Amino acid sequence: MLTNDKIPLIKEKALWMRRAAFTMVHRAQLGHPGGDFSAMDVLATLYFGVLNYDPKRPDWADRDRFIMSKGHATGALYATLCAAGYFPEDWLPTYMQTKSLLNGHPNRNYLPGVETNTGPLGHGFPVAVGVAIAGQLSGAGYRTYVLTGDGEQQEGSNWEAAMVAGHRKLGNLTLIIDRNRLQQGAGTEETSGLDPLDDKYRAFGFEVCEVSGHDHAALLAVLAAPPGDRPRCVIANTVKGKGVSFMENVASWHHGVPNDAQYEQAMKELV
Amino acid sequence: MATAAPTAAGFQDCRNIWVSTLEQLAEADPRIVAVVNDSVGSSKLNSFQKKFPDRVVNVGIAEQVMVGVGAGLANGGRIPFVSAASCFITGRALEQVKADIAYANFNVKLVGQSSGVAYGELGATHHSIEDFAWLRPLANLTVIVPADAWETAEAVKWAAAHDGPVFLRLSRMPVPDLQIPNRSFRPGKAETVRQGGDLTIIACGTTVHLAAAAAERLATEGIAARVLNFSTINPLDEEALHAASATGAIVTVEEASVRGGLGGAVAEFTAAHKPVPVERVGFPGFLPTGSVDWLFREYGLSPEGIEAAALRALGRRG
Repeated sequence: MLTNDKIPLIKEKALWMRRAAFTMVHRAQLGHPGGDFSAMDVLATLYFGVLNYDPKRPDWADRDRFIMSKGHATGALYATLCAAGYFPEDWLPTYMQTKSLLNGHPNRNYLPGVETNTGPLGHGFPVAVGVAIAGQLSGAGYRTYVLTGDGEQQEGSNWEAAMVAGHRKLGNLTLIIDRNRLQQGAGTEETSGLDPLDDKYRAFGFEVCEVSGHDHAALLAVLAAPPGDRPRCVIANTVKGKGVSFMENVASWHHGVPNDAQYEQAMKELV
Repeated sequence: MATAAPTAAGFQDCRNIWVSTLEQLAEADPRIVAVVNDSVGSSKLNSFQKKFPDRVVNVGIAEQVMVGVGAGLANGGRIPFVSAASCFITGRALEQVKADIAYANFNVKLVGQSSGVAYGELGATHHSIEDFAWLRPLANLTVIVPADAWETAEAVKWAAAHDGPVFLRLSRMPVPDLQIPNRSFRPGKAETVRQGGDLTIIACGTTVHLAAAAAERLATEGIAARVLNFSTINPLDEEALHAASATGAIVTVEEASVRGGLGGAVAEFTAAHKPVPVERVGFPGFLPTGSVDWLFREYGLSPEGIEAAALRALGRRG
């Protein structure tokens, strides 16, 4: 199958996932919709165009791994895992309700499809490096993908992980950075600047690609490309809140939640 | 139950048996790997590395990624033993230990080397006396402090076989074998080193043989002290603590801070169930530079110091 044949499915799923995630956040009156929506097209492309997985066997040893290092974007992650068949749709309305399996940050012991517990930033990338080393040691064919936020790159543990990944030439590892240029309170470059992020990762031994994080065909091309002899860093240029006019590029939607009118408005736009 | 009889002869650096046991296990189970932070030598892993060169993952001087990599290796089906100086694997990577290992409940074995005040002269940055207090509240994480070479080997074997996170706190300070016949290692259970009903001395790790020597001294004064090797710090052996409370007075002994460690745990437990006098022998806070021997003597981690604490506890019991 030509990879471009997957694009209609990815688009359809991304739209469904945005509607599902915003419905969860509206119902809970809790969540991080800005970062959910910047990451959504990356997730849809991975789960409906790239990853090799079986939701009926979440522990299948040879599955490709995806680790959501920006663990606060559970609206996106849970909508994705639900769309991928890991759990039924009627779990979604329990998001962040008392004793729900859909915790504010993901827990692998509660929820099938979650590879590791994240939440504190800078944890997912080091764990992904360990998963990739395990694959390298055994010669297993699976690939490991990890998504971090861009503000998250300010955590030093990422650079420890980058050094190890570059040193060990982990070609089976792909780091994706959700480069929406906004962190909780302000722009990344105003807070503690990250640019030039591409040069930084090149210097750590990564093959670096920069793409639009909302262009499914471009994402598919880089994420599904065969592994090379070095780890890959995909800088996905994204828009925080992408898809809902009043959320786009507004930092306060990092953990803003919609009132009823905003919810209705968003549902009209997400078609 | 036999009495421990520590002698000057036969003191052993338990790191030797840690690594020989790990090598035996690794021969039999290809899933076992070692993860280190440039700590091959200090973890005594040189011969392991010679035998299994591709099964040592050295991440360099980087404790956060070291612990995270341990979790990832477990995700990939390996059984990682993540080994580094106890002060760094706990303090520097504490959030990784909490979130990536204990909370995520990965099958990772953390090994804190040269714990307590083993690096005496290097000062408080290198002392690992806060580790019990940091790790004890972490659910899922079994914390084991072997008291001698035999128990070190048994703890390493048990950790490899157990499906879940474990922290092994090892020392490089030589200790004698406790010479208890017919021993069996029971994680989560205190081991009776000496029977006695007048009070209970609860010790762990490098201090158990000192507690046994203190009990010998007390015996000459007609005081029968029970001595427990409390090698599992988390979870606590509550049955043993109930029985210890029933003796009416308790002394705790640990190569660790008395705040939040074994002494803290015993004080918490007895206060909640049956308050009895508890005298805590250990370290009060940041320590001055000094040799291990000086630090142990200065802070009462000695047969004489433990004996004195026992007499204080008995005095408070009235």
